[in-house]
Order: sequence, then C-alpha cells, then structure tokens
Amino acid sequence: MRDPVAAAIAIAIGLVILAGYFVPIPLLSAVQSTLLGWAVIIGAFAALVGITNLVFNHWRKLTGKINRDYYSLFALIGFALALAVGLWFGPGDPIVQQGVAAIIVPVEASLMAALAVALAYACLRLLRRRLDPMTILFVISTVVFLILGSGLLAGIDMPLVRDITMFIDRLPVAGARGILLGIALGGLTAGLRILMGADRPYSG
Amino acid sequence: MIDLMIGLGVVLFSFAILIILILPRFNRGPRSLRPIAAFQHLRRAIGLSVEDGKRVHVTLGKSSLLEPTNTSALSGLATLERIAQLSILSDRPPLATSGDGALAILSQDTLRGVYRTGNVLEQYDLDRGRLAGVTPLSYIAGALPAFRSENVSTHILIGNFGPEVGLLTQAADQQRAFTLAASDALPAQAVLYATAGQTLIGEELYAAPAYLNAGPAHVASLRVQDILRWLIIAGIGLGAILKLVGISIL
Repeated sequence: MRDPVAAAIAIAIGLVILAGYFVPIPLLSAVQSTLLGWAVIIGAFAALVGITNLVFNHWRKLTGKINRDYYSLFALIGFALALAVGLWFGPGDPIVQQGVAAIIVPVEASLMAALAVALAYACLRLLRRRLDPMTILFVISTVVFLILGSGLLAGIDMPLVRDITMFIDRLPVAGARGILLGIALGGLTAGLRILMGADRPYSG
Repeated sequence: MIDLMIGLGVVLFSFAILIILILPRFNRGPRSLRPIAAFQHLRRAIGLSVEDGKRVHVTLGKSSLLEPTNTSALSGLATLERIAQLSILSDRPPLATSGDGALAILSQDTLRGVYRTGNVLEQYDLDRGRLAGVTPLSYIAGALPAFRSENVSTHILIGNFGPEVGLLTQAADQQRAFTLAASDALPAQAVLYATAGQTLIGEELYAAPAYLNAGPAHVASLRVQDILRWLIIAGIGLGAILKLVGISIL
C-alpha cells in the first residue's frame, strides 16, 4: 500500500502548478513560482545525490571481489581531479575551463565520430535485417535528403525541379508535426494520470 | 487569453474523458488495443531473460524532471515499474540507468516500491538504479558498461535521448541482445529506427505501460489520446475547408 499522504501532496501541488498556468490570479502565480523554485533547489540536491551514487557505484565496481572494472579507476580519478580543481580555483576560472574543455571536447568529438561510423554501418545493415516497405522508404528518403542537403541540385535552375524540391523539403516538416502532436497528446495524458494519482512515479 | 481558455478546455475535457474511460464499464483492458509487434517481442524477451537468469536493463534517458520533456521519462518509470513486477522472480533483478539525478532517485524509488509491494524488500539493491552521467555524452558513456558487462539480455530505452543513443543500440546489437527503443525526440527516433531491434514511433512511447498491463488508467489514456487525435484531425480538416472557401477563423 502506497502512502496516501505523499500522493495527496503530489496531486495538490500538481493542481496548483497547473492552475497557475491557466488562471491569471497573482496569488496563484506567486505560489506557483515559489513551488517551482523549490523544485529547482530539490533538483539540484537530487543531482548531488545522483553524483554521489555514481561515485560509490564506480568505487564498488573497482573494489568488488568479482568482475572488477578497472575503467572505474579513470572515472574516479577524473571526478576527484575535477572536483579538487573546481573547488580550489572555482568553476569559472579560465584555466579550469580550458583544462576541462581540452579533455571533454576531444573525447566528445571522438564519440560523435564513432557514432557517425556506427550510423552509416547501421543504415547499410538495416535492409538486410528488416526488409519491409517502411525500411525501403526510410533508406530512399535518407538518400534523397542527403542529395538535397548536399546542395547538388542547387545549380539546376528549372522551375519543375525547384517545385519538386520544395515539395519534398516540406514533407518531413508535415511528418514531424504529426509525430510531435502525438507526443504532445501522450505527454498530456501522462500528466493527467499523475494528477489523478493513477500513475505514481514515487513510492511514497 | 483565448489560448489559455482553449488550453484549459482541452485539459478539463481530457480529464473528464479519462475518468469516464477508467470506469470498468468502459474499460476493456489491453486486449482491446491494436497489436504492436514490438510489445509482443518485448514480453517474450522479458520471459526469456527471467528463464535464462539474465538481466533486463531499462534506460530512462537524459530528461530533467524540470523540463517539458519529462513526460517521456515518467512513461519510462511506469514501464520500469511494470518490468520490475514481471521480472521480480528473476535471479538477476532489473537494472535502471538514467542521465539525471532526480530521475535516478525516482528509478531507485520505483524499484524499491516494487520489491516492497512484492514482500521481497531484502532483495532490493540500491545499485540497480543508477545515474550514468549528467551530460548527454557522459550519460551514454556511463550507460555503455550496462550494455557490455552486466549479463543483460533485454534492453529497453525509453525516454528523451539525442542521436548519440545510436552508440547504445549498436553496443546492444554487438551483444546480440534484444532492444526496444522509444524517444520523444525526432533525431533520436530516426537513429533508433535504423539501429534498434524494435522501435516505437511517436506516441507509441506512452503506450508501453498499457501494453504491459500496467493498469486501466494507462489503457484509458490511450483511448483519450485517440479521441483527441480525431478531434485535431477534424479541426485541421475543417480549418482547411474553411480556408478554401475564404473564411478565416483565426
């Protein structure tokens, strides 16, 4: 049995926040902004708790009796260094920022490069793995938009080609709007379930 | 002011319809839903994981609970809860990773709630709900070990991701693990379609708990989505016809 008090508090606060968006009463707006401010503070503490959990997790992986993960040592050293330097000099210090950027930017760039190769390989394998009309359409549209995006057809000054290009360019916008509308409706009903207490992402 | 009134009207209308459709008289359960192959495969994969003594991994994305994208993560938490219930008898409990501190705490809380409700709280391990990283790429890098070395046979990626999620699905593919993936972000959906074993497109993300028998509220909310979708389609069609005959209402 879940705690009904926790659910009641969550529902009440949710309703106040929701009402604050739709009912333009100054008191309600003030309460709403105060509650949202609290949420930001709690979110910051949650990040701190999460990072502490992450560090302990890597420590357990490194010191565990079976299946030790020695990569965790790099994570712990990196964390300790970043924390010590950040606390000593302050996160806004140019040397700290330069040092962090010198490590993070190349690492992230190489991850993105690995992603580009992985995606190209996955697209090639897609036809072999799942050959259906949607997959064929996906691959054809990928090729068509690669050609359009590369500007290969930009030099052709024919009204018919220009009209067809404009029409094809508009297709993904329409499709994206349809998908986003569906996601918005899903988000709305997910929020309503939580406001009703039917869905509780907290055990209480 | 009129947009606020329309917004309030939509919320109240949806709320009223949702309450009506939750009632047992109007709720016919998940059997009334159209079949989605991905969920049939998922049920089978969860069953096989439990039988083989392997782990199910749910990764909830990088959405902050303070951002509008948090509903995808909340849907992910509902899915995690149901999957934890389904695999509670497994030798290896499910694992949850996320890219936000608050989401990691909620995933721990969700798993703890399932074990407490199942009267097996002593089996709960705090380590099974983890923060993988706090930036998009550190989250991916932090989640990758779960794809390589945690004895996982089923991965469920449900939440807000960027295109970098392709690295996770690629890692799952290398391990020959089952993957079901859904995101509310369009670039991630495109990447997932090309790389994941089973992909959910658009609002199917929110259907996962309903298809896993999470409760009548989830099925009812799918019906509400359908009703709202038809109303929007009718509105768009009517607007187009009115514009064709030269009447502008906005």
